[in-house]
Amino acid sequence: MNEISNKWIGTNTIRPDGADKVTGRAAYAADTSMPGMIWGRVLRSPHPHARIKSIDTSKAEALQGVKAVVTSKDIVEFPVDKPVALGIQDMRWMSRNVMAREKALFHGHPVAAVAAMSEAIAAEACKLIEVDYEVLPWAIEIEDALKPDAPILHDFVQFEGKPSNIAGTLEHKLGDIEAGFAKADVVIERSFTTRPVHQGYIETHACLVSVLSDGKTTIWSSSQGQFMVRAMTSLLTGIPQSSIRAIPAEIGGGFGGKTIVYLEPLATMLSKKSGRPVKMVMSREEVMRATGPTSGSTSTVKIGATKDGTIVAAQGVFYLQAGCFPGSPIRGAAGCAFAPYNIANVVSRGFDVVSNRSKVAAYRAPGAPIGAYAVECVLDEVAEALKIDPLDLRIKNAAREGTKAAHGPVYPRIGLLETMESARKHPHYKAPLGKFQGRGVASGYWFNAGGESSAQVNITEDGNVVVTTGHPDIGGSRAAIANIAAELLGIDYRRVSVLIGDTATVGYSNLTGGSRVLFASAIVVTDSAEQVIGQLKARAAKIWGISADAVVWENGEARPSGDHTGNFPTMTLAEIAAKATETGGPIGAGVQLNTTGAEGGFSTHICDVEVDVDLGIVRVLRYTSFQDVGRAIHPAYVEGQIQGGAVQGIGWALNEEYIYNKKGHVDNPGFLDYRMPVCSDMPMLDAVMIEIPNPKHPQGVRGVGEVPLVPVMAAVANAVHSALGKRYYSLPMSPPKVLEGLDEGTLQAAE
Amino acid sequence: MAKLHISTKINGEPTEFLCDPNDSMLDVLRGPLALTGSKEGCGSGDCGACSVMLDGRLVCSCLMLAAEAEGHEIETIEGMAEGEKLHPLQQKFLEMAALQCGICTPGVLVASKALLEKNQNPTETEVRYWLAGNLCRCTGYDKIVRAVLDTAAEMREATR
Repeated sequence: MNEISNKWIGTNTIRPDGADKVTGRAAYAADTSMPGMIWGRVLRSPHPHARIKSIDTSKAEALQGVKAVVTSKDIVEFPVDKPVALGIQDMRWMSRNVMAREKALFHGHPVAAVAAMSEAIAAEACKLIEVDYEVLPWAIEIEDALKPDAPILHDFVQFEGKPSNIAGTLEHKLGDIEAGFAKADVVIERSFTTRPVHQGYIETHACLVSVLSDGKTTIWSSSQGQFMVRAMTSLLTGIPQSSIRAIPAEIGGGFGGKTIVYLEPLATMLSKKSGRPVKMVMSREEVMRATGPTSGSTSTVKIGATKDGTIVAAQGVFYLQAGCFPGSPIRGAAGCAFAPYNIANVVSRGFDVVSNRSKVAAYRAPGAPIGAYAVECVLDEVAEALKIDPLDLRIKNAAREGTKAAHGPVYPRIGLLETMESARKHPHYKAPLGKFQGRGVASGYWFNAGGESSAQVNITEDGNVVVTTGHPDIGGSRAAIANIAAELLGIDYRRVSVLIGDTATVGYSNLTGGSRVLFASAIVVTDSAEQVIGQLKARAAKIWGISADAVVWENGEARPSGDHTGNFPTMTLAEIAAKATETGGPIGAGVQLNTTGAEGGFSTHICDVEVDVDLGIVRVLRYTSFQDVGRAIHPAYVEGQIQGGAVQGIGWALNEEYIYNKKGHVDNPGFLDYRMPVCSDMPMLDAVMIEIPNPKHPQGVRGVGEVPLVPVMAAVANAVHSALGKRYYSLPMSPPKVLEGLDEGTLQAAE
Repeated sequence: MAKLHISTKINGEPTEFLCDPNDSMLDVLRGPLALTGSKEGCGSGDCGACSVMLDGRLVCSCLMLAAEAEGHEIETIEGMAEGEKLHPLQQKFLEMAALQCGICTPGVLVASKALLEKNQNPTETEVRYWLAGNLCRCTGYDKIVRAVLDTAAEMREATR
């Protein structure tokens, strides 16, 4: 653990990119242009499922102002029978997702792209492309995709020896499930459904790509990983990674949805063919039809407990929509669902189901909120059946140091119990409730992640500091890195500039995702800063003519110690930097690592709601999140993550859903009908940060970004149940659904 | 299609531009005028990321035709600070971490300034309903609302 003064760690400093962002000067992906730039546009499938028999682009190419047209022929093909893994993605599917090849698999699937002198000409050209489709039957919902006579999306996907839309399974097992249930006094089994929801970032996908005649390619785009953009674009275009420079624009929200490419490979091929820089910007409708969302699901959870409240067995089956290619987050759903509890006998299964929807993308703790929703609602019913307070039931069964989780790990010191006990003691938990008001609680877990990270810490000639890291900053990570660097070097944080490097200027760094960024970058920044401090001490030692071991670094100064104490005046960072040339040259250090030790994150939430029984509207009155944050390096941005996650979950619980019409098209592809929470929907949000430092991290950091979403839907659902005495088993609990479930008996009982 | 010649005033400066009849004000701000601080989150007036002031009224520039700017005055996020001096709302948003990714921030700031010009002492509920047209997906709105309320209090104090 870092035991130094903590002058900056734990303080709410001004973020390095702040002034740019409040003045409108920050450059997001769509804000950049280049000389000679032209505009790209995508032609999308009008059918949810169709074989592409032929594409004739000749009329589009002949249109005045059109400079290039691309189809799947221009994108590298990966045969379907040979996996090509890149992280958690498979390039077989990525290739077919960015541009339909044999078949169009959802309404909105790209089939061609055009670059022209203006967006209007590109749009006109798209209309001139003739695609001969053989329209096929389609399946949108899980139950339709699993019917015996369901249309099969991919002939090569087999389940139990037959072509199927079940593209993958996963099972976690612990103990003896049958024996466990045999011991139970109470067994509750319930089924739940959730709808797909979009990540809802306000910045639509955009990129600007320049390919020169020598093949040198520059990509400006908004993503959660410039190295992911480089790798995927390279694989999909055949341009070597060394020829591609991917520059991370400021990112206007991602939440997981920008961990894959959509436009970059198309713009690259359009630029290559046209010889011009090409800019592409998705409309909101394109974002809603063809990117993200996260999975819809159907789950069944069965939990058995003895009279004293000990959970003796738990079983979960989670079917998740993958969209049109394999790869739904069943690992998050089946793996995280029971992870907050010490249960001896567990079976947790996930099924990955393909159907004619856009391919799902990661969304904040992918899969985990789906699993937690079902498990935490059933736990509420177990508590009710046993007449035990729902938090007491959770406290009794909480995982702690030494607990073996069904998904594998044995936990080190964790702060879950503290989140539950803080909630139990908090005034919120005792506050009075009125008519049609209710309170719900829920807990949640997310794995967190480490992975590859790189940093460079350089001392400028005037004695200030530039830190370059490789993970796009999506919610304030630069501010936290500035705090850490300032702390270690003992200088004012305003003397530290933190930048996100591009693929040519910083070492490989994995995606911004998995709640990894501050965990991983703090490690490489700490290691780099320690090397820099070593150099600074050595330089001072050289100037003083003493051994480097006899120099200490304190409060931003080198000081002689031991026998030499007081023999020389201390030297500041600026004084040492001024003499860098004659003492050995530039001062700086870089570290590149595959970081490990990211322990899981836990939280417990309390939600109060009021149900308007005339309109069916559920209003959240009060919300408090209790989270083990490890160490809050920049508390305000940690709180911000916790608050933002809560509101995303409230949207998921109450309003957000993809609605499909009878033609297999998304019927609500915009912010008017896809109703995300607005300011007037929300109360103030309390975030209680509990700091149980991660013993495996120099500053004690645990990831904090994802777990804030995990318990929310269950907490809201449990609160609605508490308000009405009636439980809804499907999300969203939108006004029409709530009203439909309210009969006279329920209302009278609730009053 | 012949271009229209428009004379307007943007952030206090007389400005002329050419546009197509169907160009939105946002298209012209972000394109030929290179004022990319106003963002397009939806193009349908649902997200507020393109909020600007038109003759002192808050509007979504994506819902306004560029040609409608003729003879009127527009203020954008680029005109909010006075030189190097940030507007109190901009400063407060930084101090209170009222932004995360920052894409909604220009629109939220323009809208908040419009509120404080009309109402120097808004309640929390008034702030929440005034900003209901500005979507933010990162913050959950808590810190935004607090920053606006705090700024209002400070500005009242400063003018006493």
